[in-house]
Amino acid sequence: MASTLFRTIQIHPFLLYPTALFSRRNGVLYCTMKSSQTQTATQEKQQPPKVKVPQHALKKTVDKITRDYEAIIGIETHVQLSTLTKAFCSCPYNYGSQPNTSICPICMGLPGALPVLNSKVIEFAVKLGLALNCKLSLNSKFDRKQYFYPDLPKGYQISQFDIPIATGGYVDLDLPLEFGGGHRKFGITRVHIEEDAGKLLHSGNGDYSQVDLNRAGVPLLEIVSEPDMRTGIEAAEYAAELQRVVRYLGISNGNMQEGSLRCDVNVSIRPVGQSEFGTKVEIKNLNSFSSINRAIDFEISRQALLHSQGQSDQIVQETRLWEEGAQKTVTMRKKEGLSDYRYFPEPDLPEVILTPEYVDSISNSLPELPEAKRRRYEKMGLSMQDVLFLANDMNVAEYFDATLSSGADIKLAANWIMGDIAAYMKNEKLSINDIKLTPQELAELIASIKSGTISGKIGKEILSELLAKGGTVKGLIEEKDLIQIADPVEIGKMIDKVISENPKQLEQYRGGKTKLQGFFAGQVMKLSKGKANPGLLNKILLEKLNGQS
Amino acid sequence: MLSTIQPPRYLSRFPLRGRTKSRSFHILSSAQPVTKTCFAADKSQILSIRDSLLNRHLSAVELTHSYLDRLKQTEPHINCFLHVSDPDKVLKQAQDIDDKIKRNEEVGPLAGVLVAIKDNICTADMPSTGGSYILEGYRPPFDATAVKRLKDLGAIVVGKTNLDEFGMGSTTEASAFKVTANPWDLSRVPGGSSGGSAASVSARQCVVSLGSDTGGSVRQPASFCGVVGLKPTYGRVSRFGLMAYASSLDVIGCFGSSVADTGILLHAISGHDSLDATSSKREVPDFTSQFTYASSLKSRPLEGLRVGLIRETVDAGVDSGVKSAIEGAAAHLEQLGCVLKEVSLPSFSLGLPAYYILASSESSSNLSRYDGVRYGNQASSDELNVLYEESRAKGFGSEVKMRILMGTYALSAGYYDAYYKRAQQVRTIIRKSFKAALDENDILISPAAPSAAYKIGEKKNDPLAMYAGDIMTVNVNLAGLPALVLPCGFVEGGAVGLPVGLQIIGAAFDEWCELPAKFAKHKCLLNGFFERNL
Repeated sequence: MASTLFRTIQIHPFLLYPTALFSRRNGVLYCTMKSSQTQTATQEKQQPPKVKVPQHALKKTVDKITRDYEAIIGIETHVQLSTLTKAFCSCPYNYGSQPNTSICPICMGLPGALPVLNSKVIEFAVKLGLALNCKLSLNSKFDRKQYFYPDLPKGYQISQFDIPIATGGYVDLDLPLEFGGGHRKFGITRVHIEEDAGKLLHSGNGDYSQVDLNRAGVPLLEIVSEPDMRTGIEAAEYAAELQRVVRYLGISNGNMQEGSLRCDVNVSIRPVGQSEFGTKVEIKNLNSFSSINRAIDFEISRQALLHSQGQSDQIVQETRLWEEGAQKTVTMRKKEGLSDYRYFPEPDLPEVILTPEYVDSISNSLPELPEAKRRRYEKMGLSMQDVLFLANDMNVAEYFDATLSSGADIKLAANWIMGDIAAYMKNEKLSINDIKLTPQELAELIASIKSGTISGKIGKEILSELLAKGGTVKGLIEEKDLIQIADPVEIGKMIDKVISENPKQLEQYRGGKTKLQGFFAGQVMKLSKGKANPGLLNKILLEKLNGQS
Repeated sequence: MLSTIQPPRYLSRFPLRGRTKSRSFHILSSAQPVTKTCFAADKSQILSIRDSLLNRHLSAVELTHSYLDRLKQTEPHINCFLHVSDPDKVLKQAQDIDDKIKRNEEVGPLAGVLVAIKDNICTADMPSTGGSYILEGYRPPFDATAVKRLKDLGAIVVGKTNLDEFGMGSTTEASAFKVTANPWDLSRVPGGSSGGSAASVSARQCVVSLGSDTGGSVRQPASFCGVVGLKPTYGRVSRFGLMAYASSLDVIGCFGSSVADTGILLHAISGHDSLDATSSKREVPDFTSQFTYASSLKSRPLEGLRVGLIRETVDAGVDSGVKSAIEGAAAHLEQLGCVLKEVSLPSFSLGLPAYYILASSESSSNLSRYDGVRYGNQASSDELNVLYEESRAKGFGSEVKMRILMGTYALSAGYYDAYYKRAQQVRTIIRKSFKAALDENDILISPAAPSAAYKIGEKKNDPLAMYAGDIMTVNVNLAGLPALVLPCGFVEGGAVGLPVGLQIIGAAFDEWCELPAKFAKHKCLLNGFFERNL
């Protein structure tokens, strides 16, 4: 359908070339975005900071001041779902495609076009609702949220207002040890379905803007947290956990740079011991977990400083932008009272009714989620550091699990993955799915070392070959004749040879310079091409060196 | 007993001098009925056209010529159309049908049937403005599902008909482009909002036409223009391609000069559409094969059919002429064997305010897309808000603006509960009371409008009086029920009198009955029995 619609759309040049959307007959582009609502970080004139504080002295003072205040942080997260087609039409969506190449009468809001719900959206929403331990609304509906903006083709966004699909859940996470560690549980207020808007592309000089509707109608899940977080790192880890969950579920790529996972953060502070909340400030433009962390910590400091200087009235309800370059938040727009979106039930879409059987079938198909994985790894006896490393990336966790199911030793498998394999991936900038070593071969490698077939040193050597080129451990061992020499007689012969070839060193050794044992061991190892069993070698060497004295 | 208002009789009443040569009509009316037993088929132009074409009594080109000639002659006086299809293209389609028939190939059941389409229904190859300046010259890239289905069955689209802007009005005077006249009296309105579609069938510029009905926009003009108008059950016909006015009330409806024609047309456009989530998945029964000859009917064919006359619709405020026409129709139904009873719907009067709140609310949202950004007329401006304001201020007419304002107000924070929510509650009550009345009766009857067609300009400056004229029809939309309007009498006015329509309301999805033998048990609207000899 998309192709036929598209062909017909081409009849109208202005639909294909968004520049023309705002153009006059002669092609002069004029639709500038001057209203306060439309400003973005780059267009905003920088507002001078309210309070000037010398930067050097600041850090220490602020740390001291912030200790007297408690921050209350809540996060609204938009997750773009990776459905094949948009929420209400059959257009595909691919990030980065040419503007207005993935549009149809429905997502363009042409007269007479109607939305029809993509059932995958419900499936994904139910998955996330269950994964976040929410209560699902068996009867939910869609509502229209109404406002005018050029990136919103219909003049309203299809969303869910008073009956979201999921409510009242929570998310468990473990803070990284470098940030003090500890387990946290943060409440989830609600999860609801809505559609994304298009994008405005602003001209370099700000004279005009162009509309790209590729993203219009792409399904989103908005996840609203309870105001349960207290620090930047808690907030960042909450977002990271959501990213893990959506990736584990396979409902979104969770990519923050592409905007598949977008976080808006609300921060307020209050003196420790006070029960009322302070005035909250919303922060936008957070493109990474670390910017979430830093933006919040900056904002807490800013507000704490204002409080401590008796200027708490200068903390106003507003939206601030995080400026990555300057590492600070700046005012984007002040709230001019509450916006009235005139929500009302979407008459073009029937109610969404979930049967318990449907929910059960989805519930039964859920994969093991990050929290369950972490607890399982923990029970296996792994350290929290290992647990977090392995469970952090679903693919790594799958690799680890597959290695274990091939019979590998838990601790050894963890060490190989977190050590040499991780280092290799980092150097080569590869993900675990790109490496040639299969989990089965890793298990084989570990077993070969453990059984003494090859030495640990040889193991490390063939690992790099396996990672880069693949192949089997057995094949490589045979091909390169790497089987460990564990025959005492053979090793003894080699020792005898080395000792006889180094009479001077033997004399020195026997004269008391026992450090030379290492020299002999090295020579023997060299002679064995690294294949001699090191334990056996040392044992026999000692006997021979000392035995004849 | 069972004869009907024959189209030629309209002709004699049509106050235009210089009658058309009309070769085809002569041939048509002399055509033998199709061999299949067809009840009400006696009056069906569609069946008669099909019969004539297949029996080679008439070619599609000849037929088309006769309609186009008539259209050309009458259009300057009545102004039904906002856009007339290129005659060459229309004749080419007719020629294709003739060629197929010559080659003994299958032709669709609507082959050669000239259809007019209300201009708020999208057509890919011609402008679709919704009667609004803001969409002047707009050409959609797709056909509405209903239009596509008609085309697939061989129908030929003859043009796009005039309407009140986006369907908002009851006179067709609120069109941004022209005022349509009533073919019975050119100084009167054809009703609205589907005034162009009703008048074009009445003036025989086309065989049948599509309209849309949100609060009576098919039924009231059918009454005013003396044609048959059918508003299907909500969900029976896909709304895809119908420019939304009030999505929960809008339906595409049919006009024809006989009940059978509207039924055949409805059958053609009905059924689930994957592009409209509110379209019903119910099976569409093939009632057209169940028509029987009028002459084969017994003397009391409607024996036992329970008919409820809605008391509130013949109360004060209804013209005495209309009242007596309805009473006459009721008496006629009794003669045919119906059991007539008066029923009271106490919530009836609540329908009007509830309708205007809900329809305005939804329209304020549905019309948000006309912002001048992507299509339609755009005001030039350097500033975004001015672009919006100017485009919409210049693009919309005053009636549309008034309803957007009312709807925006009703949905605003703090007013939502008092207006929108309350109106929804009223809607539930109305739905229940209709359900109860239709449990006790097979059909309900009422006038289609409190009066016959009034003068152009008469109510233009009195919107409340105009809104009050919708009292007979809006309840049916709120309840989502099907209703048929057919001529049942005349009142004084014009040169030859003005037609009055009888509204027959059925239970949901009972547009037709499954078995003609069981009329009394099956509620039905399409049993042409009610067509009286006038």
